Amino acid sequence: MRRLISVASLSALAALALLGGCGEPQFSDAEKKTIASLALNTLPSLKVDTTNQYADVPAAAALGSTLFFDAGMSRDGTVSCSTCHKIDRQFQDDLPQAVGVGHTNRRTMPLAGVARDPWFFWDGRRDSLWAQALTPLENPLEQAGNRAAFAHYIKKRFGERYERIFGPLPDLSSVPANATPLGSDAEKTAWNAMPAGQQDDVNRVFANIGKAIAAFERSIEPEQTRFDRFAIDLATGAKPEGNAAFSPEEVLGLKLFIGKANCMTCHNGPRFTDNSFHNTGVPPVDGLPPDRGRVDAVAQVGADPFNCFGKFRDGDESACRELRFMVKDGPQIMRAYKTPSLRGAAYRPPYMHAGQFATLDEVVAHYSKAPPSVEGVSEVHPLDLSERERAALVAFLKTLSE
Amino acid sequence: MVSIWRYILAGLGLAVLLVGIVAAVYLTLPQSAPGPDLSRSKKTANGLFVASFEPERGVVRQGELQSWLLTLKTAAGAPVEGAAITVSGGMPRHDHGLPTSPQATDYLGQGRYRIDGVKFTMSGWWQLHFGISAAAGSDSVVFNIVL
Ligand code: HEC
Ligand code: HEC
Repeated sequence: MRRLISVASLSALAALALLGGCGEPQFSDAEKKTIASLALNTLPSLKVDTTNQYADVPAAAALGSTLFFDAGMSRDGTVSCSTCHKIDRQFQDDLPQAVGVGHTNRRTMPLAGVARDPWFFWDGRRDSLWAQALTPLENPLEQAGNRAAFAHYIKKRFGERYERIFGPLPDLSSVPANATPLGSDAEKTAWNAMPAGQQDDVNRVFANIGKAIAAFERSIEPEQTRFDRFAIDLATGAKPEGNAAFSPEEVLGLKLFIGKANCMTCHNGPRFTDNSFHNTGVPPVDGLPPDRGRVDAVAQVGADPFNCFGKFRDGDESACRELRFMVKDGPQIMRAYKTPSLRGAAYRPPYMHAGQFATLDEVVAHYSKAPPSVEGVSEVHPLDLSERERAALVAFLKTLSE
Repeated sequence: MVSIWRYILAGLGLAVLLVGIVAAVYLTLPQSAPGPDLSRSKKTANGLFVASFEPERGVVRQGELQSWLLTLKTAAGAPVEGAAITVSGGMPRHDHGLPTSPQATDYLGQGRYRIDGVKFTMSGWWQLHFGISAAAGSDSVVFNIVL
């Protein structure tokens, strides 16, 4: 009799276990659809960049790669793009604020998938990958060079390679060794003394440097992670094998991420970004100059001679709709920053535009508390997550990096 | 021997009951409140015009800059020409505005205006407000779009 009772209660338990879903994680159809929308296999193939006719020319990408890693592309020959965007560190440097020739005010951004963005930098003050590349080259805190010196350097070091891609280099014999409209007083004076045609020639070489580097950067793409394997299995109904299976904590974190914690308001799509700008109440860093984010970038991208409306763009103006229809004012752009991709984030602390948070725990605690912004209005509202929920969100974020 | 079956039956009965309860809860819970009015054609607020709003390419894609067509007719059905149109909007539940500033860029004839630069950066309930001034007067209309 005893044995019979235990057999019966065992079978009842088994029925309960099946119902409770000990095996498959329990997601509603809507949740499954949402999870599928985040998986890397939904990433569309990279669009042609009509503003850069060399974007998909292999020789241009090869030259761009050389320039990206060449410390000769700086004032004192010590800093290259790769000083800060380190190839073995997801193209970033693990520092709260980047250090080049000087100490900058922002954190180095990782580059996976960057060619899909409409805006570049934390505040989006450039509107193409090639125009972006020109900025650190002349920034006194980064590579601190000047466009006249870069034109001479390209001619001397890479003249032949350059000409095979872009056609003949202009006559640079009367171009000063150092000149740019953005540099020191001496460099500005030298630039202003140049005839307009010569300025144009130098600007053209400079723009082509950016186009070659951009062609290289197009090859930097995000990699498949544990989350993607889990999402594909969930979508196809296959049983997740090995590390594609999620622990109950990771499942909870995923549910919070797509549900109650509202993370998907901004971190959506296969790159976990809406490519837009938001004020999330991240505090400024003491000792750094005032930083108002997007609100100041709008005028800067509008004034950039290398922007999409400018004469260095290839193709026609139909490629410039992001710039044409950008939000230029209103309270929502005060201290708004670009939503970063969360792929790989777990293994590249610190976080936010100036490295404000040292760990993911601090990031999630910030979202849970949602303090008001020092300026402008934060779009995030307090979540009051329990300790267990915060840990679950962190556990889920890690699955985007493994 | 009879008693074994009694226990197993009881166990099974319990399981069936549980399935029933879970199913009932599952079926009744997700029934959400009726959503916003999703019609793509409607009278403007003061009844001056009839406005229709459609994506130019037929489909709405999240995260893409798209153009839409706003078609304006008078209450009598005549196309409205030469209208000045302002566009604003946002997400009522997230109190934020639009991620882009769409504009009326072209008049395509027969009361049709191209509204370019529309982008929806997340799924959910969006609203687009149009201010319309034409010979017949000024009016406004709001379209709800749920992604
Ligand atoms: C001194 C370090 C440093 C150097 C050198 C540097 N960068 Fe950066 N990079 C940064 C920082 C910091 C940011 C974010 C800056 C900001 O928002 O103001 C950034 C942003 C970017 C972005 C924008 C990414 C995005 O998601 O918007 C790209 C692309 C980029 N850098 C490429 C380059 C290239 C190409 C070079 C070389 C021509 C280069 N960087 C040189 C530190 C550096
Ligand atoms: C309103 C839009 C918005 C929401 C909602 C949001 N984020 Fe963010 N997230 C951002 C922006 C914008 C940044 C960059 C802010 C900055 O640098 O000042 C960011 C940064 C981050 C970072 C740091 C990444 C890095 O490379 O520095 C992590 C991690 C993150 N968010 C996770 C989350 C999680 C988890 C949630 C949900 C609890 C969430 N976010 C909700 C917009 C949002």
